[in-house]
Parts: sequence; C-alpha cells; structure tokens
Amino acid sequence: MNRLSTFNIVSLTLGFAFLYIPMLILVIYSFNESKLVTVWAGFSTKWYGELLQNEAMIDAAWVTVKVAFLSSSLATILGTMAAYVMVRRGRFFGRTLFSGMIYAPLVMPEVITGLSLLLLFIAIGLDRGVLTIVLAHTTFAMCYVSVVVSSRLISFDDSLEEAALDLGATQWEAFRLVTLPIIAPAVISGWLLAFTLSLDDLVIASFTSGPSATTLPIKIFSSVRLGVSPEINALSTIIIAIVTVGVLTASIISKRQITRRLQEEAAA
Amino acid sequence: MRRLLVGIPYLWLLVLFLVPFGIVAKISLSDVAIAIPPYTPTLDLSGGWSAIRAYFAELDFENFAFLASDDLYWKAYLSSLKIAAISTFLTLLVGFPMAYAMARAPAAWRPALLMLVILPFWTSFLIRVYAWIGILSTEGFLNQFLLWIGVINEPLTILNTNLAVYIGIVYTYLPFMILPIYSTLEKMDGSLLEAAEDLGCSRAQAFWLITVPLARPGIIAGSFLVFIPTLGEFVIPSLLGGSGTLMIGKVLWEEFFNNRDWPVASAVAIILLLILIIPIVLFQKNQQRQAEAEK
Amino acid sequence: MASSGQAEVFAPWEDPNEVPLIKIAGVTKRFGDFTAIDNVSIDIYRQEFFALLGPSGCGKTTLMRMLAGFETPSEGLISIDGQDMGAVPPNQRAVNMMFQSYALFPHLSVWDNIAFGLRRDGLSKDKVAARVEEMLKLVQLGQFARRKPHQISGGQRQRVALARSLAKAPKLLLLDEPLGALDKKLRQETQFELMDIQEKTGTTFVIVTHDQEEAMTVASRVAVMDHGQLIQVATPEVIYEQPNSVYVADFIGDVNLIEGAVGAIGDGAELLWAEGRAALMGQPGADLSKGSKATFAIRPEKIAISAEEPMDRRNRVQGKILDIGYLGNLSTYHVELPEGPVVKCEVGNRSRIERRDFTWEDEVWLSWSDTAGLVLPG
Repeated sequence: MNRLSTFNIVSLTLGFAFLYIPMLILVIYSFNESKLVTVWAGFSTKWYGELLQNEAMIDAAWVTVKVAFLSSSLATILGTMAAYVMVRRGRFFGRTLFSGMIYAPLVMPEVITGLSLLLLFIAIGLDRGVLTIVLAHTTFAMCYVSVVVSSRLISFDDSLEEAALDLGATQWEAFRLVTLPIIAPAVISGWLLAFTLSLDDLVIASFTSGPSATTLPIKIFSSVRLGVSPEINALSTIIIAIVTVGVLTASIISKRQITRRLQEEAAA
Repeated sequence: MRRLLVGIPYLWLLVLFLVPFGIVAKISLSDVAIAIPPYTPTLDLSGGWSAIRAYFAELDFENFAFLASDDLYWKAYLSSLKIAAISTFLTLLVGFPMAYAMARAPAAWRPALLMLVILPFWTSFLIRVYAWIGILSTEGFLNQFLLWIGVINEPLTILNTNLAVYIGIVYTYLPFMILPIYSTLEKMDGSLLEAAEDLGCSRAQAFWLITVPLARPGIIAGSFLVFIPTLGEFVIPSLLGGSGTLMIGKVLWEEFFNNRDWPVASAVAIILLLILIIPIVLFQKNQQRQAEAEK
Repeated sequence: MASSGQAEVFAPWEDPNEVPLIKIAGVTKRFGDFTAIDNVSIDIYRQEFFALLGPSGCGKTTLMRMLAGFETPSEGLISIDGQDMGAVPPNQRAVNMMFQSYALFPHLSVWDNIAFGLRRDGLSKDKVAARVEEMLKLVQLGQFARRKPHQISGGQRQRVALARSLAKAPKLLLLDEPLGALDKKLRQETQFELMDIQEKTGTTFVIVTHDQEEAMTVASRVAVMDHGQLIQVATPEVIYEQPNSVYVADFIGDVNLIEGAVGAIGDGAELLWAEGRAALMGQPGADLSKGSKATFAIRPEKIAISAEEPMDRRNRVQGKILDIGYLGNLSTYHVELPEGPVVKCEVGNRSRIERRDFTWEDEVWLSWSDTAGLVLPG
C-alpha cells in the first residue's frame, strides 16, 4: 500500500506530463528570440516588452480585472444570501423554482447563457459594455458561490446560531457575529472561484460585451484564431505565473492553519 | 429582513436567468427580419389586446421545422453527441489510472498530487486550449518530435481535425474526471482488497470485483461532469477543430454572429437544452443515490 | 431518606402557598401529523433542579426548546414568572440554554464566548469584564480565558458552555444532555459540580437527559416522559421506590416484572400469577381493581436467596439457577421459575473470600418482604 507499483508510477508520470508539458512549452517559448514559435533562437524577454507596449491588450486586461472584481464581489453577496436561504430557511413560496435557478446555470452551456442574456439586454435596450458583462458574470458566478457556501452551511451546527439568539442576539447579530465569521473561508473561496471564472470567461463575455468593452479572453481569442504568437505566449506565462503563485500561497496558508489547529487540538 | 434575504437573489435570478430563457423561447418562434433587432414580430403593448393576439398568432414552429429539414443541424447534434461520448470515454481511460494511482499513493503525497490536478483548473481555459495549437500544428512540437525519433517520415495533420478536439477535451476536462473517482477510491478501505485476495481472488479479479464497483459512483459522476459541458462546447472545436468538426455550440455561435439569424440560433439553443435535460437528470439521480448511500 | 416535616427540606411543590416559577399548562406541540408533546402540564419552582427524563424521541427536547423559545406550543400556555411566553422570542427571554453540542463559538476565545450574551445587553466594558471574571472563577477556568474552544479539553468546554449560559444570571437555565459528550468518570464528577454550581447561584435548572442515573443523581424532581406524554413527576426516591406504572419501573433501574391479575386488596395488594401458586403480596402502585390485568414489580436487590425454604415470608418462590454474574461489589443470580419467568436477584459481596453458596443448576429459594414489591396496573 505504501509503495506504488510500477504501473501506478508510470500512469502518474505520464498523466502529469500530459497535464504540464503543454504549459511548460508555452512558458519556455515565451522567452524565445524568434518570431517563429516552434524554432528556438535564443533567450529573450522582448515579447514581454512588446506586450507591455500593446495598449489594446493592457486596456482589455484592465477591463477584465475590473469586471471580475465587481462581478465576483456582487456574486459573493448574492450567492451567500441564496445559500443561506436554501440551507436555513425551510419552506417559502417558489422554493423549487429558486433551487432550480441556482443549479441550472452550473450545467447550462455557456453559449446558451450568453445568447439568452444578450437577447434580454437588447429587449430592455441596455447598451452593451462593462455593465452588461458584470451583470452576466454575476448571474452565473453567484450560482457557483452559492454551491460552495451552502456546502459549508450544511455542516454548520444550527445550535450555534440558536445559542447566539438565546444569549440575546438579534437575527442579524447572530449572522454577523457568529455565522459569517465561521463560514468566511467558504465565502472567500467562493469569491476566488467567481473571480477566476470571470477572468477566464470568453463565451458569455463575447455575447454580452459591446465595442466599448473588450475583455482579455476576447482579445486573446481573436488573435489566437490567427495562429500562435509569441506575444500571447508571454501573456499566458504571466497568467500562469499569477495563478500558480496565488493557488500555492492560498493552499499553503490553509494547510498551515489546519496543521496548527490539529496540533492545538491534540495538545488540549 | 427575511423577505429581502429571499427576495433579492430570487429577483436577480428571475430577471437575469428565467426571463432571458423566455425571450430565447419566444424568439425561436419568430421570423428573421432585416431590422434591429433582426426578428419579427416584436411586441407592441400600446396596440392593446388585439395587438397581443396578433403577436401570438404570428409565432410559429417554422424554425424548428427548418432545423429538422436541414441535415446540417441533425448532423451537428449527432456529431456533438458522438464527440462528447468519445472524449468522455477517452478522459475516463486517462483519468482512472491517475485517480487510482493517487489513491494508492502514500498519504503524505496525496495533498500535493491533488494540488497538481487542481492547479490547471484554476489556469485559464483558453490558454490551456491555445497551448495545444503550437503542439499539434503541422510544424508543431509533436510532429517535430515524431520526425526526430523517426516514427514518421512526413508530418501528420492533427490540428483542425476531430482528433485535436478529442485531445483538447481530454486535456481541459481531465480534473473533472479525476477528482470524483479519486474521492471514491480514497475512501475505499484497503483491507477489502486483502479480504478479496484472502478469499481466493487474483489481483486482477480483486480489481474488477471490488475496486471498480466501489468506484462506480465516481466514474459516473466524472463522466457526466465531462459529458454535459462538452456537448455545448465552443472554444475547443473552434480553436482545435477544423471545418469538418461539427459541434452544436459552434453552430449556434456561427448562426448568431456570422449569419445573424437570431430566431434559428434561439431554436438551436432550445433543442440543445432539451437534449441536455436527459444527462442532467441522470447525473442528479446518481448524485442523490451517492448522497443517500453516504448517510 | 427525607424525613418529611422538617423545615429545611427543599420541597416547594408540597407547599400549596408557593407560586411556581414556570407554569406549563396543557401544552401540546404538533409537527404536521406528528404529536411531539401531548397535553403536558408541569409546575416548576424556584431553585429547583428539575429533570426531564425519557428515551430519545419522547418529546423532552421539544419541551425544553419551547421553554427557550425556539418552538411555540400548538396549544396551551407557558408562563415564566407570571409572564405569558407565547409571543416572546428567544433573544428576549430571561432564559438561557446550555446546548447539547455546547455550541461554543469556535472563532471566539473562552472569554469572548462568556462575554457574548453580556455584550448583547449593552453592558459597560467594566461590567462585562467583572462578570466574565466572576464566571471564569465559578467554573475554575481562569487560566484558559484566552484560548479558543478547540484548544481546551471536552470537560473544559462543558464548563465554558455552562459559564456562558449562566453569565446573564437567567431566571431559568436549560441544560440539554449537558454531560452526554463526557466519558463516564468525568460525567460523575461533573454531576456533583453541576449540583454545586446550581446551589451556589440559586438558579432554577431544567435538565434534559436520557440517562436515568444522571437524572436521579442531580435532580430534585424527575419528570418521566414517553411518546410526548408525562408519565410521572416525583422526587428520585419516589420514582425509584414507588413508580406509578410498569413503564417507569422498567425505565428506572433494574426490575423483575411478573405478569398476572389483581387478587384481594387489603393492607397490600395480591397478584395472582400462576395456577396453584400462592399469590404475591405487594403494595398497590396505583389504583387497582380486582381481577384486572396487573404486573408485579420487584427490584433485584430486594430479593433474598437461600437454600432452605424461608417459611417466615409469604413471598417465596423456588427455582433453578440459570446464570451467575460476578460484578465485584455484588453478584447477580438469574433464577428460572418452573412457570417460566426468570427472576434476577442481586446479593452484595460482603466478605472478601467468597464462599460459593450456590452454583449453576442449584435449586434455590427466592423471597422478599410484603412491602418490597409493587403491584402495578397493566
């Protein structure tokens, strides 16, 4: 059990090679001198320089971050509310419809979500731009947040909130002082998930953006359609680096906390 | 307070999720027109009751009849189902041994291995698909490598074929397959296999009679998690697939953006949804069964 | 044990002039079709340590949650200190509860947990601090004030929960299975600590438990519940020695039950249990009518075992030893009567070197006094 068989070692090695080699190639060739992306012509960082000069790209990146920040924050508030309602409030009018609307966007093809939202924005005469992308991203991201938060709320001991009420807290105080601090890690991971989903989304953004607002994925997609470019490799490397550092930091922090907690519990 | 708590997210989803579907359904029954918006009829409430009646009278199933008569759409739906099914199977073939090896790995390694599986999931989907263009193209790394070791004499055409689409799907959806299988295998008690061997099973028999049945809920969940989103996939077929790659997500996109035929795009969306309902319901049932079994 | 008539005996329920702190009058609680509480009336007096005892699902927890305000009665009234509690939400009741899971806020320190309720009352900082210190002293947790709940032991957590619920000096403290999570030894120590604290603070305690030993140890009175109904409310001595029903006799402690019919009723009551056998004599446990179905209840420790027939006792039966259990402080004999029933009898092991009087298959006589057993209806 403790030693892996050769077969297991081989499947892990090949599997992770499959997962990581494509990204590795991308990163390596972003430092390639040549414009020809498959021929190595020496180390250079010139594509990063060119990328920083590409104002359209920088603008799109800025729009993307802005949209992601706004929509993930909104989605976190709405998604947490929805999770709280679903887990804690017993019955209310239209509960089945509500839960259906929360879970449906998770399995909905993006082309359909994008199309339907675009048709709505046109029907009500809303000009397409940052606002419409934020609305669209908030809608599908809030469902992911609500799933993450409700899985935490389900394992939450109901008597904690009852204890707060029993000690004289109002409903709002019980939520703010007891429930929220305890579910905070889930709320934060919900926010991170929503932020990443928004950063990453191409299809829904393509439907709901207008000429005034182009996001980075839209920009990348239109340039990638023409083939591989070293500039996009450089951009990809930057994104991969940011994500890797972010995810590793987050997991190291949470692992440290868990280890410390286990040690303290053992000592108690 | 309580009303607001229920009301705000409820209203949000009603307006931004349910109403848009109503609009899609409605436009799928309308006719295309050279106007802004490019369909007719449009509802004019100022016309009163008779205008509403006239409006409903003009809606028909013409677009659906058109989809049924034009075999492009039939082929696109069937080909989406085929591509989704084949790539789900391929993902299972790649994912199961990995999940199995991870579950068998020493406990101290597992968090790190899990991290390695999850990390690509946080990285941009678009970039991960893009990475394969450089690998699979005629002068790409794969062909260079194969030519160099002498397996082939002239470069293979992989990019812009269905094969490239399969590779892209397996690559991007692999974590969705590994994670559920890993979580069922990880819970499995190692002494079960020892018991099976003690009772006279060979290693291989123990694997087929014990491990695979116990991993079944994970295999089913993982397969649906790959199959369902793949059906409506757009990015992978449009970047890695060729003109011969028919997938319904791509067709919808082209109807909408290239042909500007909103009514037909809407009808395509409605039918895609109807096709999706079956696997989604099956998936839900599997999840419920698993949740009940765990109680 | 209690010699009635002495002034210092705590028995407000026997004083007709005493006003109860809590009045539960004709309370019924239904959840859909299910009746959790069925027309229950209880009066609980100031400074009582009152136990609600019953198996899980008997309605004891629901009754307690109604006192706390988390459930409202479907019918009937609950009043505390003369005030009808019908419309009072939990956060405005002078009632505090110690939860079964303790419900300690995991993100707050011991100190902040205890201060939580005081701060909700808008007390000044100094007053909160003074009261928290006082409570920490009461439960002897001064040096753990800055720790988080997961950094202290189970027994300490239990004391934090107690301190937190007592901090606001409630008129009534509810304890939901307060010792359920502790191991046996700690539980016994804590029972006495709980009684001590109850006495020191003079707070009225209502405890919910399924552990009859715990209820008997701590409570001034015990209410035995089953299927949402109140079966008997009495002091532990009365519950043990004079149960009013087979259910209570069987639920509390060990008991031998012999079924039969009511015979003559005079000084005591007779139970006719087998053709051609002398009737068993016991005290009537409740109203009996001659000829009706009844059960004779006798505790194992009240039965004597002997080789010769004890001619001086009316209640004597002969049987064969089926099983012997040696428990250290006492031995248990399972004796099978020719008529079928197996009677359990307990004998204390007083001398260290035990002379084995009886062994398996021995024919022995069991006997008990006329007042040792009870004849109960049903």
